[in-house]
Amino acid sequence: MKEFQYKNPTRATWAEDYSFLNNDLDNSKLEGDKNKKSNLKVTDLNLYIHQHHILKNVSLEIPDNKITCIIGPSGCGKSTLLKTFNRLIDDTEGIRYDGSIWVDDVDIFDKKTEITDIRKKMGLLSQRPCPLPMSIYDNITFGCKLHGIRNKKRLAEIVEEQLKAVGLWEEVKDRLHAPASKLSIGQQQRLCLARGLAVEPEFILADEATSALDPISSKHIEELFVELKKDYAIILVTHTLRQALRIADHVIFMYLGKVIEAGPADEIFNNPKEELTRKYLEGAFS
Amino acid sequence: MRLKFIEERIAKILMSLASLLVILFVVSILYTILKRGMPALNWDMATKIPEGGYYNGGGGGVLNAIMGSLFIVLGSTILGLLISIPVVFYMNVYLSKTSKLAYISRLAFDVMFGIPSIVYGAFAFSIMIYLGMRTSLGGGILVITLLVIPIFIRSMDEVAQHLPKDLLDASYSLGATKLETIKVVLLQIAPGIATATLLSVGRAIGDAAGVMFTAGFTDSIPTSLSAPAATLPLSVFFQLSSPSASVQDRAYASALILTIIVLIISVLGRLVTTYFSKNKI
Repeated sequence: MKEFQYKNPTRATWAEDYSFLNNDLDNSKLEGDKNKKSNLKVTDLNLYIHQHHILKNVSLEIPDNKITCIIGPSGCGKSTLLKTFNRLIDDTEGIRYDGSIWVDDVDIFDKKTEITDIRKKMGLLSQRPCPLPMSIYDNITFGCKLHGIRNKKRLAEIVEEQLKAVGLWEEVKDRLHAPASKLSIGQQQRLCLARGLAVEPEFILADEATSALDPISSKHIEELFVELKKDYAIILVTHTLRQALRIADHVIFMYLGKVIEAGPADEIFNNPKEELTRKYLEGAFS
Repeated sequence: MRLKFIEERIAKILMSLASLLVILFVVSILYTILKRGMPALNWDMATKIPEGGYYNGGGGGVLNAIMGSLFIVLGSTILGLLISIPVVFYMNVYLSKTSKLAYISRLAFDVMFGIPSIVYGAFAFSIMIYLGMRTSLGGGILVITLLVIPIFIRSMDEVAQHLPKDLLDASYSLGATKLETIKVVLLQIAPGIATATLLSVGRAIGDAAGVMFTAGFTDSIPTSLSAPAATLPLSVFFQLSSPSASVQDRAYASALILTIIVLIISVLGRLVTTYFSKNKI
């Protein structure tokens, strides 16, 4: 576990927040596979919905194999930015944007870029778990079938592999063909994560993915993120500063549609360069 | 006792009275049909086509009308679903909530909903004359399809409008196109599709005016789409028009058969609905 020197009253560690669970996570063992390189870079992104200028000149870079937390007060454009990464924002009415987002050196706004290819690279975890209206098994195979995997044996392997990756296998292996809606909300969120992982993404986009969950399920998801960062770049939008303090490696602070400050978590939390960041961390506004 | 509890009690009594009133209607209709229809009901009614002089008290049954009605219901339900599902999918997945086209379409379907079936019948009849067609099973199916489309679309649309945005996003973010998302949408609105089917089968099997000019009436079971087809409501009408009391009783027996068919379809429909609701989130 990372130790912060930060003297702020909001300072939190995993052990403190979850001391009642008496189960700390050892972060040091997790060494990633460094061969795969994922790359996401945003340059001069401006986004408007009707007349509103939502994102203003956003430029940033998301490091691979790290948990990047996007923090900031409500309405600062965090979720909009996240939804721009996989272009889910396209369906919004009155949307306009300029600038570019480079994913593995491909501009995702380029007309030649196929939107499904971009989305395949981005696993999305929404605020409330949203399983597809089908069985647990079909939830995971749905994405694989879209991308051409039809072999039954291979599909069964993927289901087992991904359910194991999110620690759900033991809980559901006897009822794989039961409706996913029968799972508890925490299990549903892990199923959604497994469903996203099954299409082999490079990034995991999480939009306040733990805010609807109970503390134990939240901890489970956080632990999974820490574990998964060895293979994926994780981008987490969060409202809870304590969550960012616990798991972030890299932090982006946004305010009124602008990126105010971005950098390694230690730096931002312990030694923010901007006055606004410092005030936000101290809880002067939220 | 405080006033609001008295209010509550009175409201509860009024609500149960209203429910009882509705049940009373159904029971009294069933009683009339059963009282006059039961004595005339026999296997011949359901298994034989009319013999010569049937409408004057001769032997035979109304199998011609039973089969004609079932063919028309089956044909129009399949055609109706094939047309309505794409419309509902297009309005709710491709068009935005504030789309003018969607607004106008919904308005149009509401108007279609309210048009009486005799108008559809007259409309289709004029087209059939123009095309040189005769009264036929195919014509009947077309008119009843027009009749059930607004029922299909509006009742499925009601469910589809509440599709969670997150659900569509979940499918898109796995790399599905909108078209590939149709599987998710269909599974989610499956209970709505089942209910819509029940409603439209009820309307399709019970309609007399629409089929009068278009499907015609015959004593034989239709063997092709271009052959005329009898229907149960028209059969009831013709038998009821007879001056003979025994033939009139057979009209009630035919109505009873119609009611039993509707009952069977409703029970099956409810089973299917429960089955399809299991995966809904």
